[in-house]
Amino acid sequence: MAGVGVSAAAKRLGHWGWRVVPWLSITAFLLLWEVFARSGLVTPFMLPALSVVMERIASDAMSGDLVQNLSLTLYRSLAGFLIAAMAGVALGIGMVRNRVLRWFFDPIISIGFPMPKIAFLPIVGLWLGYYDASKISMIVFDAIFPVVTATIAGAQAVERELVWSARNMGASERRILWEIVFPAALPQILTGLQVALPIALIVCIVAEMTMGGIGLGGAMLTASRFADSPGVFAGIVEIAVAGLALVKGMSVLRRRLLLWHQEALAPATM
Amino acid sequence: MKSALLRYSPLLLLALLWEGSARLGLVSALALPPLTEVARSWATLFREGDLWSNAAASLYRGGVGLLLAVVFGGTLGILMAWWRPVDALLSPLVEVFYPLPKSALIPITALWLGFGDGSKILLIFLGCMLPVTLGAFNGARGTDQVLVWSARSMGASRLRTLWDVVLPSALPELLNGTRTALALAFVLLVSSELIVARSGLGYLIGFLGAGGTYDAMFAVVLTVAFLGFVADRIYQRIVDRVLQWRE
Repeated sequence: MAGVGVSAAAKRLGHWGWRVVPWLSITAFLLLWEVFARSGLVTPFMLPALSVVMERIASDAMSGDLVQNLSLTLYRSLAGFLIAAMAGVALGIGMVRNRVLRWFFDPIISIGFPMPKIAFLPIVGLWLGYYDASKISMIVFDAIFPVVTATIAGAQAVERELVWSARNMGASERRILWEIVFPAALPQILTGLQVALPIALIVCIVAEMTMGGIGLGGAMLTASRFADSPGVFAGIVEIAVAGLALVKGMSVLRRRLLLWHQEALAPATM
Repeated sequence: MKSALLRYSPLLLLALLWEGSARLGLVSALALPPLTEVARSWATLFREGDLWSNAAASLYRGGVGLLLAVVFGGTLGILMAWWRPVDALLSPLVEVFYPLPKSALIPITALWLGFGDGSKILLIFLGCMLPVTLGAFNGARGTDQVLVWSARSMGASRLRTLWDVVLPSALPELLNGTRTALALAFVLLVSSELIVARSGLGYLIGFLGAGGTYDAMFAVVLTVAFLGFVADRIYQRIVDRVLQWRE
């Protein structure tokens, strides 16, 4: 139904036009922010102007605070994410191949997956203190579930014929695992990782906010305690950009790793 | 019955291990109060009403925020799929804001609306809207064009087509997006209550933890985890019911 009401001239511009529109709407959003904040309809405390926030980010960058906070937050999120990824894939494949592992972990995974695990944060804090160990453990605890379930789903869907023919041709179990099961399950594993990455960031920010200290989440909460609203908004812009970069990076990685797969032929979507 | 017992026996084993290691003093009772103590404090909290009043506050915030997110997010997603200018204008913004770690909104909603219900509802609304929008968008975009054309040729108005054809075919993905939103709502609710609140289950956890009554804190943590699990299971039951017409 697209294009109903679009004139012929606009149609000629069409192809080129639809490419520019995304940038237009983002620019419009940023302009609207600036104008609305300066219009006097809201106080600068409720919504500081974009230019003020950008100035704040620039001064944070100059003083080195930005680099320090950003690198700590990224370090915690990515460390937790990588541990969850490796442990999750290992556990998932282990559960598919070993009945005892499956028996033990299956109810834990199926009950633990839908639970709001963030509620355990104070307990993790109680056990491991308020430093990186507890934050990273919390991230692993939260991000591992989608990885495990995706790995199980992927590894179970591997075509039996592939495994049988490899075994027939004399491949060892280890080679079957690395050369057949793992690559065949990779698309689903990557989907699980794409779910886990934003979770890692969300949990990292919450952990930093509750436990305080250095990091983007901690800095935002400190700013909010001191009613320093440019600081709060600077924090959210920084976190938004970091999140966007990580998520985009992950989908680029997916396309790279799956060049051999059917899905690489399909047009890219969000 | 027997197979269920076998299936869930690892959980029983964990519970026994928990009780045993706490009772035998393998771990400090402060770090891990015995499960029976936790159950006793749960009963006390339940009887004295602390659990009820805080759970009611949490469920109210979560319910209203999620409802708003589903209504607005679903409408937005379907409009984006149905009307190209809306899509062109909004999908870049959706794409930019979708990966934002939603918990970063906690200080901002607190800045705007304070420490009460309003800030939690706004937080859950903002945080949960985009998964619903994306689900509705993908679902509505996948509507069979033949169905749309036949409805139109049989004289259905555009609005009627939207309601009778596009919405039902978008429903499975919309409901799937809502499931993500439901899980997210719990996460945002608990974390915002832990960080900035004066009531709610998350607040209760933080309050009991700060006071050092760890057995009660464990009881509330387990309650929240259980509520999240039950909400997801009930939601799935409802979805199965609603989508019975498929197949």
